[in-house]
Amino acid sequence: MIRKENLLIVKSTEIARETTEMVLQNQHISRTAQPGQFLHIGIEGHTLRRPISIAKIDKKNETVTVLFKQLGEGTKALSNYQEGMQISALGPSGNGFPYDNLLNKTILLVGGGIGIPPLYCLGKELAAEGVTIKAVLGFQTADSVFYEAAFKELGETLITTNDGSYGHHGFVTDVIGKMGDYDCYYTCGPMAMLQAVTTKLEHQSGYVSLEERMGCGVGACFACVIPTETQGGYRKICKDGPVFAANEVKL
Amino acid sequence: MSELAVNLPGLQMKNPIMPASGCFGFGREYSDFYDLQQLGAVIMKAATGSNRYGNSTPRVAETASGMLNAIGLQNPGVEKIIETEVPFLANYSIPIIANVAGSTLEEYEMVAKAFNQTDSVHALELNISCPNVKEGGIQFGTNPEMAANVTRIVKKASNLPVYVKLSPNVSDIVSMAKAVEEAGADGLSMINTLSGMQIHLPSKKPILANQTGGLSGPAIKPVAIRMVYEVKKHVQIPIIGMGGISNVDDVIEFLLAGASAVAVGTANFQNPFICPELIEELPNALSKYGFLSVEDAIGKGHGA
Repeated sequence: MIRKENLLIVKSTEIARETTEMVLQNQHISRTAQPGQFLHIGIEGHTLRRPISIAKIDKKNETVTVLFKQLGEGTKALSNYQEGMQISALGPSGNGFPYDNLLNKTILLVGGGIGIPPLYCLGKELAAEGVTIKAVLGFQTADSVFYEAAFKELGETLITTNDGSYGHHGFVTDVIGKMGDYDCYYTCGPMAMLQAVTTKLEHQSGYVSLEERMGCGVGACFACVIPTETQGGYRKICKDGPVFAANEVKL
Repeated sequence: MSELAVNLPGLQMKNPIMPASGCFGFGREYSDFYDLQQLGAVIMKAATGSNRYGNSTPRVAETASGMLNAIGLQNPGVEKIIETEVPFLANYSIPIIANVAGSTLEEYEMVAKAFNQTDSVHALELNISCPNVKEGGIQFGTNPEMAANVTRIVKKASNLPVYVKLSPNVSDIVSMAKAVEEAGADGLSMINTLSGMQIHLPSKKPILANQTGGLSGPAIKPVAIRMVYEVKKHVQIPIIGMGGISNVDDVIEFLLAGASAVAVGTANFQNPFICPELIEELPNALSKYGFLSVEDAIGKGHGA
């Protein structure tokens, strides 16, 4: 259940170009969060909270880890928060990735940029349950690559960069064909990538995790909607999502 | 009568705090955070004659001390709202205000009639000031004659008290207020959002898909206070004040300017508990500034 909580910043590190990894301690959130859920984080001096997905859940140490790109003034300010400070967040928010009946099966994770962290959370959880993990991760350039080693620990992983400065030159969709068979895919990243991935894998069962500028983050303001064929023509990303079956929403 | 209670046409409120239309959905989401029974009243999200999807995304953008929104009156239509949302809110014994929107006079009339037939709606808020819908709303809200017209029609279509929500996007707010008062409005809601825009530097394009949006949040509070203060001098009907309220001092300031109750909008997004927190803090704030009750503070900014 979503609660308004204070989280202690245990660690804050710039792990790639303009990309901050933050370890946050909080009992309620670490105990109840699921892969694919997000925190709606308040930033001093900013009217709107920022939705940031959860990359790691550590129940033992009661921490969750989030990654964010320093894109605007809000996320830049957040990256300057020091260890030992508290942040306010609503969470855990939204619905996570569905993953029933995957024992002895294989899944493909397809991530782009800052869409990669929630897939890591899912992959780590499922690898521990005996699911075979394959991953294709796309970045803009070599200096924006993160979590490569962490994904390789989970399973076969291919890296692509748009400019060819690291890994395969091109987009994730250029190398998906090399990944062999799998039972289900999960994808998160920029909208253009999601459109390309879901089109390319339209005969596969899969789930997409979406991002949109949010107002309330709890389903009241109707800012972050996505068109759908069913459910009255739209769904709310913050409350009904951020994860949807790939064939459920119109990207 | 308790120190926080206020009585407005159709609304017997145990306190003057309510969530503003459009910022609270139909209450369900916030009912997970606290008991809605604590609220003075609730103003529902706008209802139109039929289902509306609204504008494309992005629909919100952050600004200095505020935000822009261009939701575009997304709602499931008045019949569905009466069927599924009003009964939920009716579980709480608090006054329910239905926000009535439309593109034509006929649509306003139809929506008002539909709410009139329910037992659970206590008042209407006439939305003639949404800046985010091309074909409707705002055209009624920027011309005194048209505002008076739509007020008359809605008054005739229902027995419920009508609060007309005024747009700040006019050069003379007082003439708008007087026009709807003469047309039979029972109260005023003010203000709605200010029309604004933000351009995203990396893409060099407006952030909002609708290009323009309505500015809300602390940034607009001085505009709202000025307008409530001016209008209070010229009308007899009560005012529900709103625009950038985010703490209890803001509530007092609106009361001093002449508001009889207040609505809280954008602040709900930052802190879902803002309404119950303000209700809890209000008695102390009243006594801090030397008032015995909410009623005692209303309009006191206008001197003796």
